[in-house]
Amino acid sequence: MKVATVFEQMLDREHVYPFMQGGPHRNIDVSHNVLLYLEGISVSFDGFRAINDLNLYINDGELRCIIGPNGAGKTTMMDIITGKTTPDSGSAWFGQSINLLALDEPAIAQAGIGRKFQKPTVFEFLSVVENLELSMEGDRGLWSIISSKLTGEQRDHLDKVADMIGLAEQRALRAGSLSHGQKQWLEIGMLLMQRPRLLLVDEPVAGMTHQEMDRTAELLISLAGEHSVVVVEHDMDFVRNLAGRDRTVTVLHQGSVLAEGTMEQVQNNRKVVEVYLGE
Amino acid sequence: MPMSRPVVRLLPFFALWMLVTLLLSLSLDARSAEQDPTLAHVSTLLVKKFDDKAKAVALLVETNHPRTEEILRLIQDGELYYRKNDNRLFNIPVAETGAQAVDLLDASAITIEKTREFKKVTLNNLMRGQIGLALAEIGLKSEDPAQREAAVRKLLGELSDESVAVLRKRIGAEPVSAVRDLIQVALAVNDLRNGDEVARLQAIERVEGSLESPVRTALTQVAESDVSPVVKQKAQLALNGIDEQIRLYGMVETLYFGISLGSVLVLAGIGLAITFGVMGVINMAHGELIMLGAYTTYVVQQLMPNHLGASILVAIPAAFMVSALVGVAIERGVIRFLYGRPLETLLATFGISLILQQAVRSVFSPLNRSVSTPEWMSGMVEINPVLSLTLSRLYIILFCLLVFVALVMVLKRTPLGLQVRAVSQNRAMARAMGVRSKWVDAMTFGLGSGVAGVAGVALSQLTNVGPNLGQAYIIDSFMVVVFGGVGNLWGTLVAGLSLGIANKVLEPWAGAVLAKILVLVFIILFIQKRPRGLFPQRGRAAEG
Amino acid sequence: MFIMNALKGDRGGQILLGVLLVLVIAVPLLNLMVPAGHALHVPTYTVTLMGKYLTLALLAVAVDLVWGYLGILTLGHAAFFALGGYAMGMYLMRQIGDRGVYGNPDLPDFMVFLNWDALPWFWSGFDQFWFAALMVLLVPGLLAFVFGALAFRSRVSGVYLSIITQALTYALMLAFFRNEMGFGGNNGLTDFKELLGFDLQSDQTRIGLFVASAVALMLGYLLCRVLMNGRLGRVCVAVRDAESRARFIGYRVENVKLGVFTVSAMLAGIAGALYVPQVGIINPGEFSPLNSIEVVVWVAVGGRATLYGAVVGALVINYAKTYFTAELPEVWLFALGGLFVLVTLLLPRGLTGLLRRKEASA
Repeated sequence: MKVATVFEQMLDREHVYPFMQGGPHRNIDVSHNVLLYLEGISVSFDGFRAINDLNLYINDGELRCIIGPNGAGKTTMMDIITGKTTPDSGSAWFGQSINLLALDEPAIAQAGIGRKFQKPTVFEFLSVVENLELSMEGDRGLWSIISSKLTGEQRDHLDKVADMIGLAEQRALRAGSLSHGQKQWLEIGMLLMQRPRLLLVDEPVAGMTHQEMDRTAELLISLAGEHSVVVVEHDMDFVRNLAGRDRTVTVLHQGSVLAEGTMEQVQNNRKVVEVYLGE
Repeated sequence: MPMSRPVVRLLPFFALWMLVTLLLSLSLDARSAEQDPTLAHVSTLLVKKFDDKAKAVALLVETNHPRTEEILRLIQDGELYYRKNDNRLFNIPVAETGAQAVDLLDASAITIEKTREFKKVTLNNLMRGQIGLALAEIGLKSEDPAQREAAVRKLLGELSDESVAVLRKRIGAEPVSAVRDLIQVALAVNDLRNGDEVARLQAIERVEGSLESPVRTALTQVAESDVSPVVKQKAQLALNGIDEQIRLYGMVETLYFGISLGSVLVLAGIGLAITFGVMGVINMAHGELIMLGAYTTYVVQQLMPNHLGASILVAIPAAFMVSALVGVAIERGVIRFLYGRPLETLLATFGISLILQQAVRSVFSPLNRSVSTPEWMSGMVEINPVLSLTLSRLYIILFCLLVFVALVMVLKRTPLGLQVRAVSQNRAMARAMGVRSKWVDAMTFGLGSGVAGVAGVALSQLTNVGPNLGQAYIIDSFMVVVFGGVGNLWGTLVAGLSLGIANKVLEPWAGAVLAKILVLVFIILFIQKRPRGLFPQRGRAAEG
Repeated sequence: MFIMNALKGDRGGQILLGVLLVLVIAVPLLNLMVPAGHALHVPTYTVTLMGKYLTLALLAVAVDLVWGYLGILTLGHAAFFALGGYAMGMYLMRQIGDRGVYGNPDLPDFMVFLNWDALPWFWSGFDQFWFAALMVLLVPGLLAFVFGALAFRSRVSGVYLSIITQALTYALMLAFFRNEMGFGGNNGLTDFKELLGFDLQSDQTRIGLFVASAVALMLGYLLCRVLMNGRLGRVCVAVRDAESRARFIGYRVENVKLGVFTVSAMLAGIAGALYVPQVGIINPGEFSPLNSIEVVVWVAVGGRATLYGAVVGALVINYAKTYFTAELPEVWLFALGGLFVLVTLLLPRGLTGLLRRKEASA
């Protein structure tokens, strides 16, 4: 962090320091029913504008699908929300009170944002249970890592999640020996163990069979409500399935929002058709 | 370097021709000397007392004898002897049994049987001065302006009434302005010491900006103890100006040392920049590939002991080939099984480096081997009295730039370069386009290793060639590559040069070892700040 | 009970600690009770050699902790080992008192030789054993902490980290070579007389040091095993195999790395402190990058991420080194180099991995 920023924060009487915010998502203020605010965000790499004045709002408990052609900035947007990339300008807030740009990846994760990577990333050397256990919400300090023991309630939660992702029978297996689709689910399960308020899911059905896809859609839909879920996906059938009639779909193009609305509205939007089919 | 080959072949003939001409001219000279009465007289005087010897010197100078300079130099260098039984004079460069003695008059050579039979023509201080002055005077009349300048400088160092007179005589006749200026300075220094106040003031003005050390000494004296405060002050000012210049040239010299050290670092690192940067392979045996290059130079010199000057030119392609072949063998034999596992590669290549070290120890012995520097690379270039540049360092700098440009050209302009860049950016795609990625890997590794070998040739001129040569440079090489930014040849160049300069700038006040430590610590801290080096590869591919 | 728990499911560890326990009891008996010349007599020379190997094994365990479990290929652990050794060496130096060549009661010989008239400030306190023992832990620990805090926070990883750890130990080596540093320069610290009042040349002291080394190795092994059996071990493996995933589920990867790295450096320091009185000298050569890489190879040969593999590797290679450098010095580097290559190419899980596979298939 730059010295100037630190100094600015010291002079700002309203500033809330990350260390004063307490543990996992204790005070996410969603009084306006909006969980995630991205406003005026821009970022460029080597002169290439990956994100260009992006504005996006995700409501509490919403399931939102984000589509867009290659290079539209979908993954970069997730990088910004989760703290991997710092934008050149703009602001990102989680609820009313948490400034995401002031936090790093672990802090954002503990604030209640879970992220699934494009390529399924699990701890292959560890068993399914160990994967889930490691992701369990709780204090991540070095000392508590050394000393902590699972409580009964945590064990129940773990069993529930293992059931939910359909891996209850494989719990003792090494994660590395799971099939591709199972790894995708395990990763989603690991997110759920964190009890996040917001789930960012990057291309969850890549490499899945149709049955697996349907089950994944079911799973994601069932998660909405209790969690907000943002799904980035290429597969149109899957998105149609997820979005149903009345959920919002956002189309990204060249780093900003091209259109937003129900699946039907978006599909009939002239600009969207142009982008997808060419002029 | 194919174009150097004809030159190499011609060199022996050239040398032979030179030798023949030299011998011919010598024998002609000697024959004429036999009937030379002056020389005969001189040779009788030289074996007597100091007074007579002084007369002999005076006689030589007065008669303006053509061999004056030669004989005076022999006396001055202590190489003129006479045989006790017949008082004949001989030129004996090395006075030991079995060495050659050349008769001064008829140039016939004999072998010394007993050193006791010969006695050196000795000098006293008076004569030493006389000979010095005489030689300088001869020098002043030389055809070559550089020799005249050297003669003036000599006189400037030992000003006396006689030498001042000689200089005064010469100043009108001197056609070259630089030499004339130097005479002026010498006369001014004399004025500083002996002139009246006006002359001293004028002299100060004239010597301003001169870097000759007698000038500085004279000015210091004046500034400290002149009777006139005005002269004192002026002298101090002039002195300050000179000191300022000396400091400036000192900085230039530091910079030069720094750049030459930097060039060595670049040479050592640039092969690594290719294997590490382009291929992502950590080659801990890189230092040993440099060592192999240095040993190749040694072997080539052993094979052609009579052509030292040319051997180094032969060694460059030879070292390239040797190291490149070993490099390709390493790549094919070990590294290709370990792509994508950089840490394992590091360990395996370290094992190879141990094997290579021991191999060299077993073949050549654990002792250091010394590689001699060819004549055309030794010596100094004198820019001015306070700044002279060693020629060998200059060659290293030039060589480094040459290698750098050649590499950039290979990577930018040749089909191999194109394929290397393609593979390094996207292996799968390059393969799909028909690039034989395995072949490219082997060639790239060979290229990087070959360049290491070439660096070894350069290093053999600077340090002893021994089994530990590589280890001494491996860490430096890594530092250069990491500091510059992996995969970036320009980064390596800038990093190498700046680290070299930093090292030399720190050295005067920190000492060599501490300077090195400071540079290391700096790099460690720098990597924390910018983990990808000075010029990082950017873009999506580099993320992650 | 605690020990049994810690070693549950760790066959290698059980065997290792069992063997060490037997050695601790048997070796002193065979040295002191069995008369010299008897077939079962263990000469003091051998006892000291074994003690030296055990300290090196402890160093290997420390390296395995960071390399095997965390994936940090450290090429600078010899630095922590040597720092621990120097801290002990400084204590031993002060114990010499006025028995040095120059007979100066305060200053070690090399300072007298350099015409120093007072002890440098950083030598004060080292006449007390407790202080020196504290420094054995603190100096390597602190260096590892500062270095790690910088490196891990700025996410230097992989090969880059390896290279800067190497640069660290190289810089330290150069520094300790300087006479001005006040650590004896080139010659280092040597000519030790006694430790805690016991004569370092006596058989009893040598046996005591051997036992101390064995106990230190056992305790160090247990500590690492307990840490790695617990959740921390799984977090380490998680960080090793998928660092960004670990970060995105909320772990402060840099803190995990820092903690384990610091503990490992302290273990290395202890190993160094026990090593020095047994070999009788510590000099800047101990910092050489070659030493650090050699330790990594012990671990690789024994088998990564097993802890007992590190011990096996350290013992096997050091025994081989002693044998070869005495009998066939020409061959040693060829053998060692060849071992590096073969193990990385053919035995990624090391010697113990070979045994484990046999066991699993039987």
